[in-house]
Amino acid sequence: MARAATTTDAFNAVAEPRRRQILDVLAGGERPVNDLVHELGLAQPQVSKHLRVLREVGAVDVRDEGRQRMYRLNGHALKPIHDWIAPFERSWSERFEALDDVLEQLKKEADDDDGHD
Amino acid sequence: MTTATTSRTAKVTLPADDQILITREFNAPRHLVYKAWTTPELVRRWWHAKRGEVTVAEIDLRVGGRWRWVMVTPDGFEVGFHGEYRELVPDERIVCTEVYEGIPVPDGAPEPAAVNTLTLTEADGRTTLSLLIQHGSREARDAVIESGMENGLQDALDLVEELAVSLR
Repeated sequence: MARAATTTDAFNAVAEPRRRQILDVLAGGERPVNDLVHELGLAQPQVSKHLRVLREVGAVDVRDEGRQRMYRLNGHALKPIHDWIAPFERSWSERFEALDDVLEQLKKEADDDDGHD
Repeated sequence: MTTATTSRTAKVTLPADDQILITREFNAPRHLVYKAWTTPELVRRWWHAKRGEVTVAEIDLRVGGRWRWVMVTPDGFEVGFHGEYRELVPDERIVCTEVYEGIPVPDGAPEPAAVNTLTLTEADGRTTLSLLIQHGSREARDAVIESGMENGLQDALDLVEELAVSLR
């Protein structure tokens, strides 16, 4: 099967490290382009190119505020990625819950030993 | 002293194309977390993820030593991993290779090993665990994520069924 074009698939859109970095910054709230340029330390045209890809898959939304273009994260578009990781995350969560029980037991044993000494 | 057991989800992120990062906080000092991770009898008690039974928990805890952990679900589906210890800092850090045994390797090809770095940091008697899994490629990483047990189990059953049909 042909690989989906970068611009049509959230997975491919976030496969690029710089684009993930943009999403990380936007996870903290809406930001003007200039902020992103500053945070990433890239030239504006490069940042704009990445933002265009992210917009095309719906991962970010944009609005004009005066002379500024404001970008914000659209988590909904990233849901397929969340759904993809969810079973893996769930199995580790359950593993760690079982580990919690083991640790409680070990702490109890350590306390008991202290009591006897 | 607080005795409440934390019940929080593991946080899974993908810091790079070929990495998986799992983090979680535990209500216990880190030497106990290290002990639970490096003692076969203890690994048997938690690594099953409440989905089966750990049947193999071999740990040769020295640099260059091998480990192998296997669990079996009630349906008889086996999930196994093995590898070699690369770096051991008691109570703090374990670096090891990890091979998922559920992915077929073509004859003569090297096993696709990930490098796992387990880091334990402690503050106020609580431990933050981070497990960074560095795969050799995006494809290898994705295969492991997609093997998340429920999916993996279903895929394996489908394969067995296909195979059975093809052998008729």
